[in-house]
Amino acid sequence: MFTRIPFAAMLGLFFTSLFFLIAIFAPLIAPYGYDDVVSSGFWDPPAAEYWLGTDGIGRDLLSRMIYGLRTTIWIATLATLISFTTGSVLGFLAAEMGGWVDQALSRFVDLMMSIPSLIFALVILSITPITVGVLIVVMGLLDSTRVYRLARAVAVDINVMDFVEAAKLRGEKYGWIIFREILPNALSPLVAEMGLRFIFAVLFISTLSFLGLGIQPPQADLGGLVKENAEGLTYGIGAALWPALTIAVLAISVNLVADWVLSRTTSLKGGRG
Amino acid sequence: MGPIGKLLVQRISLGLLLLFLVSIVIFAGTIILPGDVAQQILGQSATPEALANLRAELGVDQPPLERYFEWLGGIVQGDLGTSLASGQSINEIVGRRFANTLFLAGCAAIVAVPFAIFLGLLAVRYQERWPDKMISASTLTTISMPEFVIGYILMFILGVQLRWFSPTAVGFRPDADFFTRLEAIAIPVIVLTLVVLAHMMRMTRAAILNVMQSAYIETAELKGLSSFTVIRKHAFPNAISPVVNVVMLNLAYLVVGVVVVEVVFVYPGMGQFLVDAVTKRDIPVVQACGMIFAAIYIGLNLIADVVSIIANPRLRHPK
Repeated sequence: MFTRIPFAAMLGLFFTSLFFLIAIFAPLIAPYGYDDVVSSGFWDPPAAEYWLGTDGIGRDLLSRMIYGLRTTIWIATLATLISFTTGSVLGFLAAEMGGWVDQALSRFVDLMMSIPSLIFALVILSITPITVGVLIVVMGLLDSTRVYRLARAVAVDINVMDFVEAAKLRGEKYGWIIFREILPNALSPLVAEMGLRFIFAVLFISTLSFLGLGIQPPQADLGGLVKENAEGLTYGIGAALWPALTIAVLAISVNLVADWVLSRTTSLKGGRG
Repeated sequence: MGPIGKLLVQRISLGLLLLFLVSIVIFAGTIILPGDVAQQILGQSATPEALANLRAELGVDQPPLERYFEWLGGIVQGDLGTSLASGQSINEIVGRRFANTLFLAGCAAIVAVPFAIFLGLLAVRYQERWPDKMISASTLTTISMPEFVIGYILMFILGVQLRWFSPTAVGFRPDADFFTRLEAIAIPVIVLTLVVLAHMMRMTRAAILNVMQSAYIETAELKGLSSFTVIRKHAFPNAISPVVNVVMLNLAYLVVGVVVVEVVFVYPGMGQFLVDAVTKRDIPVVQACGMIFAAIYIGLNLIADVVSIIANPRLRHPK
């Protein structure tokens, strides 16, 4: 089956796994601690000891990026999980119950989606303490609106199929119908969407940290690292470009994988008729 | 009143209703936190006097509903309130900064819209050939990069290494002449253009393809009309509304992109003001800016709907 994976998807798969492995084994891979000042100079150029040079206060940039990647990936993963559980459970419930529950949930989601996510996140973060937990929940809930729409649309289609009707006539409860009848059949489009939501979460947390409203120093995620080193750019020091490019490569590789999964699931559906 | 008028009235009143609901959501977003807001803002070490002062300033001693209507009443009358951080009237600061943001976003739109439509048409013309494929690949790349990444890469290459334009927008001052100001925002405009270009091209391509593949175009061709007449009488009227829709949706997206780009290039606009206010926990400013951004976003989406209602030939000639 591996010979049938297109080159682009292969590339995406390779980099995605690489990034996740680095994130998991960060403490073993990183040459220094994330906050160790290893050089008395600042913005040292790349050398044998510091592969990517040092940052503005003499910390090893590569080590900070490895830990930063870890922070970005696990925050994005948790936010994606929250958006998925909330969005799909509510979406299925709305499709299944119909009536005023569906109306109320759907109109509320319409309302939330008429405000740009970043703006609404800024409004909330102006009052909440900015901690990792708050960031994950805010991002997850704001993004669950998109999952809700997809899950509801998919479930509405499945809901009218014969086996669901049969389950309803048997007198099964909502819980059974959602988890045993709808979920297994809705899984493939939802998995493809998961990749896209993960990318969105990566871009979202990077942007918030870049604006100074995400992960707080001395900890840093990839967006925070861009912010920290951005000052160097005007002096011709490209340190900020490394974390910036890492964000882009991470997002592009996950995108390539998601694209491939999406094309596979649609062809699967076509085959089934 | 014809069917168009009826639809328009319906759509605009829906838009106003939405705006009202959004104001509730934004206001609720800033009182969502249980416990003492003043304590949250000032931290644990705050003196009781400072806390009491801030509570009075925020009006937290009054019930939320009353505060909401007072705030909404102010906004409707054009009074955005007073900044906690500077004590200045928000209207004054926002007025100036809003004009700057519009200038930046407007310049980006003037560059991006014609360029994107042109490239979209190119993609239709060379469908499934290399120009089309290039466009798909570049879409994937640009949607995978946050605005600030594109911003810093271009700042470094065009501003610092090549020295074509000034790397930041600090030269954008009210006393500077028009060309100095244009030069100062050259890189931000390029960044914003790139941010919306890919989406706009791809959506334009899809919209035009959709029209060109419909049955009435084929009929018109089979009738023996010249290709110019087919485009002018059949394709163009039907393509206006999807294309305007695409443009408006992307301009709405630009409004959000502008927040980050302003911070990257230190541009004195609304976005930077909003981010500063969030950092300083200047809640009245956050509410006012959040409301303005949301209103523009909703407004542009509304315009997209209104244009597609007006431009739809089927609605103009009711049966």
